[in-house]
Amino acid sequence: MAPRAAARPFTFTGCVELRQTLDVHALDERELGHRLQEVPAESIFFHTFGYFLRHRPVTTAYGNDFARWAALELGDRALTERLAIVDPFAFPAVDALREHLVTIVQDHLRGRDESRRVEFYRAFHFQRSHLIEVPIGLTATSLAEFRAGLASVDASSIYLHVVETRARSERSAGDFAEWLRSSLDLPALAERFDRLDPYLTTLERVRGRLLGLLDEALEAERA
Amino acid sequence: MSRLDDYRRVAGPGAVDFILRLAEQVQGRRFLHVTGGRLGGATEMVRAAVPILSDLGLDTRWEVTGGDSAYYATARTLQAALEGAERVLSEEGLARWGDMNRLNAKKIDLDADVIHVHDGQPASLVADRTAGRWVWRCSFDCAGAQAGTWSYFRQLVDQYDAAVFALPGFEARLAVPMYVIAPSIDPLSERNRELGPREIGEILGPLGVGRDKPLLVQIGPFTRAHDPLGVVNAYRIVKRHHDVRLVLAGIGDGEPERPELLSQLLEAAHEDPDLVVLELPSEAHRQINALQRAATIVLQKSVRAAFDLWPAEAMWKGKPVVGGYAGGLAQQIIPDVTGHTVHSVEGAAFCIRHLLNNPELIARMGAAGREHVRRSFLITRHLVDELALVVHLTR
Repeated sequence: MAPRAAARPFTFTGCVELRQTLDVHALDERELGHRLQEVPAESIFFHTFGYFLRHRPVTTAYGNDFARWAALELGDRALTERLAIVDPFAFPAVDALREHLVTIVQDHLRGRDESRRVEFYRAFHFQRSHLIEVPIGLTATSLAEFRAGLASVDASSIYLHVVETRARSERSAGDFAEWLRSSLDLPALAERFDRLDPYLTTLERVRGRLLGLLDEALEAERA
Repeated sequence: MSRLDDYRRVAGPGAVDFILRLAEQVQGRRFLHVTGGRLGGATEMVRAAVPILSDLGLDTRWEVTGGDSAYYATARTLQAALEGAERVLSEEGLARWGDMNRLNAKKIDLDADVIHVHDGQPASLVADRTAGRWVWRCSFDCAGAQAGTWSYFRQLVDQYDAAVFALPGFEARLAVPMYVIAPSIDPLSERNRELGPREIGEILGPLGVGRDKPLLVQIGPFTRAHDPLGVVNAYRIVKRHHDVRLVLAGIGDGEPERPELLSQLLEAAHEDPDLVVLELPSEAHRQINALQRAATIVLQKSVRAAFDLWPAEAMWKGKPVVGGYAGGLAQQIIPDVTGHTVHSVEGAAFCIRHLLNNPELIARMGAAGREHVRRSFLITRHLVDELALVVHLTR
């Protein structure tokens, strides 16, 4: 079978996040619950979806910054577990995710008179980020070119196309799947891309799994 | 002086190309860094970054403010109060400091698209701002600044367009956006470049540091914040079980606590030939490099710290770090992966013994530390953040 040519090329874009501190801090679980209700949605996004960009394979996976803080600074195992299992992709919008996080903290505090307070330097410091997109001069007009591009791009490009655009636009599909579906007319492959779960893994592992799917598709194309 | 291409062999794959792409977004812009001197504080970063930014085709300059002895005295007092020390600032001194910076503003060409003003001394230059975006860069922790001093100083910083801190939590109240850019090390500098075993031996010989037994090394000022006496106590616990040598290298010389601490350390060293106390100037980069490379384990048992980069330097040299849980140390050391963070003398001793009894961990943590620094604390990551800041501010 001849390789398909894309109706429009895919342009790979990398990204870098400029972090902004909000001067909003939580020194115990109760304050965490209150601040979660007050901070802008961008901050909730930064500490949940943004975790995927910053998480490195050498560190323990907590799933989001709130769970990491509960584990490392509060030493509250139950709260850590309950926060860590929150999959941000399971929520239709950031505000729904925020509500869920607040509910977890409030429920955790129910029946407790006190919550452990940490010193300021161990506080949870709320942040947000500004994403700067970086065109990296790489385009693909076929599945083979797309595979080559995906194998070589900066990991931030995978975050941008798989996690960021999907989460920010509240779409069900990331950029890769959208392009496979609309420009290469490969709905089945696009569906497999969309089903890939980036939660609790690393961007490099996501890259590896996507490359595996592409290799299978290329093999089928050649057959 | 290193060029951007030189970093291809030490930075992660694609890191240099990423910087080149990002820099395209600010081509034609002019940048100015202003510091209060050419040593200490933020100057290491500026010294390393300015030539690389110029190499990227970005018009980047570095200027320094100066004045008379009263100007420097007030600037030092102001800086100490901003860092939380109890100090008395006179209205007369502050007026003189402001007047001198007004003169500095006339002497320095402040015409640029983004003007980065670093730390306390030059901060009031903003009163004479004209065009461009002004950014106050804070390399220290000012969350605990003296309240009266901050109320005064804040009126200046609020005239900037933005402020930048090394860590979230290092900021004090401001009305302008506050960004976070962690500092970095330059892997090609004299402080961090590769040294061969012979060169290390040639450097350590004159310092009187033998290499016939495992070396524990702590580098940092002899101040209570860096707890050198706590390190000696931890070493003494370890020494009961392991024949090790401790090297305490004190750098800097202006700290008021230094003479008393140094005297106690020298007294301890007098009784123990395996306890080596060195006094080094801050610019003893080659000696510090050699000590870190010769170390078996690097200690940084600070109880209060800003964003000192000694752990990152040591990790870049493949050493596990046992550090205190303070300031930027907790950001640099990944517990159980690149070293350990501890809260007590006993904790430090325990972690050192654990590593010495399990030497395979020393190699494993050292390798993990080097990769961690490669991703997060090299100047190439810092340049990406710097460029992201100016892209954001000028678009």
